[in-house]
Amino acid sequence: MAKAKAQSTPQSKPQSKPKTNTEDYMRMYAQMVRIRTFEDNANQLYLSAKMPGLTHMYSGEEAVAVGICEALTDSDRITSTHRGHGHCVAKGAEFREMFCELLGKEEGYCRGKGGSMHIADQSHGNLGANAIVGGSMGIATGSALRAKLQGSDDVTVCFFGDGATAQGLWYEVMNMAALWKLPVIYACENNGYSEYTKTEEIAAGSIMARAEAFGIESHQVDGQDVLAVNELTQKLVARARKGEGPFFMELMTYRYHGHHVGDINRAYYRSKEEETDWKENRDPIVRFRSWLVAEGIATEEEIEALNAEIETDAAEAVAYAEAAPYPDASEVDMHVYAD
Amino acid sequence: MREITLSQAVNEAIAEEMRRDPTVFLLGEDVAEAGTPFKVLSGLVEEFGTERIIDTPISEPGFVGLAVGAAMTGARPIVDLMFGDFLYLVMDQLCNQAAKQHYMSGGKLSVPMVLRTNLGATRRSAAQHSQSLQALVAHIPGLKVALPSSAYEAKGLMKTAIRDNNPVVIFEDKLMYQDKAPVPEEEYLIPFGEANIKREGTDITLIATSSMVQVAEKAAETLAAEGISAEVIDPRTIVPLDEATLIESVKKTSRAIVIDEGHQSYGVTSEIASRLNEKAFYHLDAPVLRMGAMDVPVPFSPALEDLTVPTPEGVAAAARKLCSGELIHAA
Repeated sequence: MAKAKAQSTPQSKPQSKPKTNTEDYMRMYAQMVRIRTFEDNANQLYLSAKMPGLTHMYSGEEAVAVGICEALTDSDRITSTHRGHGHCVAKGAEFREMFCELLGKEEGYCRGKGGSMHIADQSHGNLGANAIVGGSMGIATGSALRAKLQGSDDVTVCFFGDGATAQGLWYEVMNMAALWKLPVIYACENNGYSEYTKTEEIAAGSIMARAEAFGIESHQVDGQDVLAVNELTQKLVARARKGEGPFFMELMTYRYHGHHVGDINRAYYRSKEEETDWKENRDPIVRFRSWLVAEGIATEEEIEALNAEIETDAAEAVAYAEAAPYPDASEVDMHVYAD
Repeated sequence: MREITLSQAVNEAIAEEMRRDPTVFLLGEDVAEAGTPFKVLSGLVEEFGTERIIDTPISEPGFVGLAVGAAMTGARPIVDLMFGDFLYLVMDQLCNQAAKQHYMSGGKLSVPMVLRTNLGATRRSAAQHSQSLQALVAHIPGLKVALPSSAYEAKGLMKTAIRDNNPVVIFEDKLMYQDKAPVPEEEYLIPFGEANIKREGTDITLIATSSMVQVAEKAAETLAAEGISAEVIDPRTIVPLDEATLIESVKKTSRAIVIDEGHQSYGVTSEIASRLNEKAFYHLDAPVLRMGAMDVPVPFSPALEDLTVPTPEGVAAAARKLCSGELIHAA
């Protein structure tokens, strides 16, 4: 079943079903390639000094965002992180508005006021990236509380990294989510590193056990396997809609780049060999592509054509964003307060 | 007109808005059956149920975060923060999250929530249950800050706060919950950014917030007996601030004292004094004086605590000196 569009109401929302047809598989593949392509372009914009500030690349983690967001509808909500471009794309955002936002242009999703670390796309239920590690855990849980109070069956997914499990806020909101059976799924993208430090050096015990301590059903899944992620999320979302939440997912994944684009020399915290191993043997896009071909769902030619189409789209969006105007100076004190 | 307590006024405001708008709900520690330690919310859970009057664990950042998320998705939560001192616990959720969502999203997201809490020393509650931290939140663009000075203001400002589309922090003076004032039976709202001239005068302007309005009014009584005519103005909200009314008054009186129970340094009194200096300089016959709480943690011993807050005697003494032409530099 293709992703439901914005018009769906809580009452009429179709139940999520396991992805079983070609269109859905190809869409998942395309979304993963769109994320990787977006990040490659964003990295180039940074390296060529065309992008202000800095950014955090999602490359390597695509199966997590896509596997999860493909199990959601537009009225389901997510909260995202500083490493948030992948979530934004996977939840349905357009390249043009995203690149405009990264370049601080008026046509960006946030009129250039948020940038990479605060990109939000309310039209698709993305409540925004957050530059405070773990900062959106309360927002996601509050969004789930809202759904429950409203009597809607919308589900909220809270994306965060392994580093954020060190924030106290998580334990406070998990406690309330569990007490009140809120429809929230805590999705921990465990890429092994808390910024520049191995997570095993800063995390005692098991991360899963922390969620389980609150009586929250927890699952660990291979975050490089989009089908596994999607299948698990479909099941959990369906149950969360029926009031069986909250849930916790630990998605084992890897970030190909450093903590941010400027984190080039990483040898002091992780080896080249380790990076190469993940890229060559566990890449989520390569894996899924091989599966699509082996299953006869797509040919190599069709996949190449799809990749090329996405690259063209991205190049056009980058060119558009580079030429787009900056916000007028009169915008600087606009939107401080809502009317 | 009937008289009700400040506590009853807050309770009525919340009940009326909850009846009017099903998206309004309240959450915080011991708010349901307990009705808060000050009993301000007594009876609300009986009318609205535990779905809308929600007792939370003692997790201030957590439940403020929940309110932010609920507000961003269409609800109008009221957060009850048991003591103003606990603001330090929720700074990220309030100042990094709630205050900035509207701006960071280019106007697409908004956070219509109210955080009601309290201020005020002299309750013998020592340094962590006595602070008046309004300056802290007034410093953050994106937050509005209301300081009701009586039951009348408490009700009208609370109703406006609940209907506002922004995060509003409203501070009640915890020593005033049993103070009665005339409050109309019929509905009214008090718009933000409109100061209230409590008493007209010609010689000096006393700008005072929250319970300091009473302090200023008592000082004005004393001064009147001595032939000094003091004007007393309550800004009612410090963000937005009704600068025009304050400036107009100072142009008339040429002298001003600003009184607020927050610490004096880098505080509300400093900000208002500074604006008067910038915008009414040529009309001033004396420096604008600040009278805030002493820059010390609030002490427990009554003998010490009472020394830390502005008093009617202190305000009157300062006003006398200003009016006699004696220039006063900070204390």
